Amino acid sequence: MSEGNQYDAIVVGGGHNGLTAGAYLAKDGLRTLILEQRHLVGGAAITEELRPGFQFTTFSYGLSLLRPEVIQELELVKFGFMPLEMPTTFCPMENGDYLLMGPDHDANLREIARHSPRDADATERYDHDISRVMQYVKPLFDRMPPNLFSGDPEDKAEITWLLQHLGSGDKKVVHDTVRLLTGSIADFLDDYFESDVIKGHLASSGIIGTKVGPMSQGSGLVYLLLAVGEHDGNIGSWSFHKGGNGGVTQVIGRAAEAYGAEIRLNSRVNHVLVDNGRATGVVLDDGTEFHAPVVISALDPRHTFLELVDSRELPNDLVEAVERYRFQGTASKVNFALDAAPRFPALGDRTDQYRGFINIGPSIEYLERAFDQGKYGWYSDRPYLDCCIQSFLDPDMAPPGKHVMSCFTMYTPYELKGSDWETERENLGDAAQRTLASFFPGFDDLVLQREVVTPLDIERITGLSEGNIYGGEYLAPQTWIFRPAPGYTDYRTPIEGYYQGGSGTHPGGCVSGGPGRFVSQQVLKDRRT
Amino acid sequence: MVLTTPFHPRLSELNETGLYGHWAGYLSALRYQYSAKNEYFGIRNAAAVFDASPLYKYWIRGRDAQKFLEGLMSRDVRTCKPGRAQYTIWCDDNGHVLEDGVLFRHAPDEFLLTAARPNLGFLQDQVRRLNVEVIDASDDFGVLALQGPRSREILTPLVPEVAELSFFGMTPAKIAGHSVTISRTGFTGDLGYEVMVPAESAIPVLDAILESGAPHHLRPFGEEALGMARIEAGLPLIDVDFSSSRFAYNDDQRFSAWELGFGWTLRGIDDDSRVFTGRRALLRERDENTSRWSTVGISIAQTDYRALHEEHGVVPYMDEIPVDWHTMLYENSDWVRAGYATSLMYSPLMQRHIGLARVRPHLAEPGTIVHVEQTINHEYFTVPATVVPLPFFNPERKVSMA
Ligand SMILES: Cc1cc2nc3c(=O)[nH]c(=O)nc-3n(C[C@H](O)[C@H](O)[C@H](O)COP(=O)(O)OP(=O)(O)OC[C@H]3O[C@@H](n4cnc5c(N)ncnc54)[C@H](O)[C@@H]3O)c2cc1C
Repeated sequence: MSEGNQYDAIVVGGGHNGLTAGAYLAKDGLRTLILEQRHLVGGAAITEELRPGFQFTTFSYGLSLLRPEVIQELELVKFGFMPLEMPTTFCPMENGDYLLMGPDHDANLREIARHSPRDADATERYDHDISRVMQYVKPLFDRMPPNLFSGDPEDKAEITWLLQHLGSGDKKVVHDTVRLLTGSIADFLDDYFESDVIKGHLASSGIIGTKVGPMSQGSGLVYLLLAVGEHDGNIGSWSFHKGGNGGVTQVIGRAAEAYGAEIRLNSRVNHVLVDNGRATGVVLDDGTEFHAPVVISALDPRHTFLELVDSRELPNDLVEAVERYRFQGTASKVNFALDAAPRFPALGDRTDQYRGFINIGPSIEYLERAFDQGKYGWYSDRPYLDCCIQSFLDPDMAPPGKHVMSCFTMYTPYELKGSDWETERENLGDAAQRTLASFFPGFDDLVLQREVVTPLDIERITGLSEGNIYGGEYLAPQTWIFRPAPGYTDYRTPIEGYYQGGSGTHPGGCVSGGPGRFVSQQVLKDRRT
Repeated sequence: MVLTTPFHPRLSELNETGLYGHWAGYLSALRYQYSAKNEYFGIRNAAAVFDASPLYKYWIRGRDAQKFLEGLMSRDVRTCKPGRAQYTIWCDDNGHVLEDGVLFRHAPDEFLLTAARPNLGFLQDQVRRLNVEVIDASDDFGVLALQGPRSREILTPLVPEVAELSFFGMTPAKIAGHSVTISRTGFTGDLGYEVMVPAESAIPVLDAILESGAPHHLRPFGEEALGMARIEAGLPLIDVDFSSSRFAYNDDQRFSAWELGFGWTLRGIDDDSRVFTGRRALLRERDENTSRWSTVGISIAQTDYRALHEEHGVVPYMDEIPVDWHTMLYENSDWVRAGYATSLMYSPLMQRHIGLARVRPHLAEPGTIVHVEQTINHEYFTVPATVVPLPFFNPERKVSMA
């Protein structure tokens, strides 16, 4: 074995978490190797030029959860980090009207009042209540979850902190938090609002990527996850990174390399080498071996525990928990290259409404009906669509005058009843396009190219099991102190030297860098002791 | 009654906020959209236009024009060839800065000076026995700054010569059949141009630029976005970062060219062939090392900033609109004064709060830590910041050809 194949740490997977972990370790002086199976880094956060001049955000598209610590500690600005503001959110309605939210608080209240005067001041109360909930839960998001079951002094200290923190909350804030953690977003919104379009707009954040409808318990928690992020200090705000989320992973990749990490592409790890309960390295599909006393899996728990290592090396309770762990991906992407901007009749030739998300989910009922089909193994014929014409935010996404449009599409269950995704892929694309055309007449004529990415495609391309966008459902039994399994939340694994830092660990999915940062902290701590 | 610029009839149609300030007697948009940040990203990631027409403008003409400016301006105007522009400052006898402006050299004996404050009387008084004529042209032209990475792509189809313009180069040109002067100048620290157009041609020229810019997402920007961009570019602004020494009541309100970070304009000051107002004092200050201040950038430790606010139960405040007061800086936690930030903002590009600051010279070394005053819940705290060289942002494209 050549000297050249010996490292201090090997990271399996060049998604944003693997890159983040690798960057931290290299910055701390470890000789670090990041192994990525594909010809590019980024995993679920990539941008691809599928047509000359048209940049497609194949999967992930918006940025909010990236931990501010990651931005500062890895000095990402030096490597091109540049999140662009999305000043608007546009919600077309089925009757041809719309809700258009912008960056001005008072103008928004007037716009809301157009739909319901009561909901204008309700919005102020709602925003304030939500931001207080975020203040309360954010520290949990940004700390490693304690192991409740270990008896370890560090865990005990963390549990003491936790009880103290939870106890410090205001009565209303604590109760609101529990309602969101355990309840449905629909119930929560009903306390404040009466307008369908406002409720539909807000409730959409409660279903993203998850097999829940807005009326399902659990949608409150998804809402919490998607609102705990920020853009330039604005809690719950989303931005569009220059070049898409593929731009973000290119930035983190450049940072990792600048700190000395080596990134090896086209290198699929076949398995992790384990010797007497200790990780010693990895083997690629072609048999190449790399050795290191530290191996991090930045993949989801199914890969980490059931595929990269022999599960006989692991305790049964862990293996059982991971077998039980739910993926059940339910979201797809339909991406378009457009010849011109779509036209929304009520706004005439205006296009300024397209500088942010376009939310095709005009009411809770619309969303819930889309879910009804998804529940029983079929895709919605009138799907929920979270769209963005990204060329309005970053002109480099498309040639002058042309556009790219990204549409996150739900519900599209991984397992179809009575068919499969190879058969249904373009039918799903048609359903999404038909829905768009019903809001934007003439949409079909604008389409230059269409890309349909089903849960099966997500799984095949990125490796995310069953195409779940979060590396496993973000449901209460699979979050925080239970992610990925009770008692196995400290980024270590029962195999010495083998660590986990993919989205299947706290704080979970989305481009947050949280798992990558935590696992690197744990590795560095273990090396020091 | 407040005046309106030659571009106002069209630009006011694009102003959805109705937010204007008054600048030199003119109505001047603070922001056109609800989001000044979107206008700012126009400057940094697409293209945007700013109406700089309220600037005062003076023709300086005559056989002795160069000689006149040689003696008046701190920067050596002899290095500004016809067909080029030059940023410059002028000082009083003590080397204290009076004002700054840009000289456009149209011909060997013809300059146009733009300045933020009125100066006709002052300039004419300085002529003395020279063969020079100073003529007020303030209302004759509209000035449109087209800034941002796409600005060249927008202008070249209208004016092919633009492709050849180097940083601070200028050229006469025609847009939509109207004579204009285009210079590769601006106040944003980015790739950009300024179009000087006779007032009566302003609208057709603006329309042609807006039309050419539409596919590139060209948008107008107001004073707020300009304020953000110019801080990142490290460009001090009169009456914000300093004011004319002519109107100071005490020495605390006067600053020498060295102290304001204008040392770079004094290149060649040792050359005895050029005598200019303030030279002797500036040389003395340099040689005797008597500067009281250094102008630097400060970059606030964002993680500490965040933690400090969160500890006190408030959401960390990050506003990209520059604060309109001076913020105190301390050497250490014992409140020993280090200086003050004259401009401070949250920079979306730098992802942290940054500022232009004057500090005592012994604190000017990059990497020095100073402590920035913060008021939280009506109590004073400080948060650490690092002294950094200016500018904060200086992209390749600002000066590169093509
Ligand atoms: C369609 C879609 C839309 C989304 N939209 C958003 C959004 O708008 N905003 C947001 O914040 N989040 C979004 N997400 C979620 C977010 O993108 C993911 O949670 C995140 O990118 C996951 O990062 P990761 O590093 O944990 O894993 P991944 O990105 O999955 O990275 C894993 C990497 O490992 C590689 N790999 C797999 N197996 C091996 C092996 N054996 N050997 C070597 N390499 C291997 C893969 O190729 C991949 O590059 C979306 C996800 C999807 C799928």
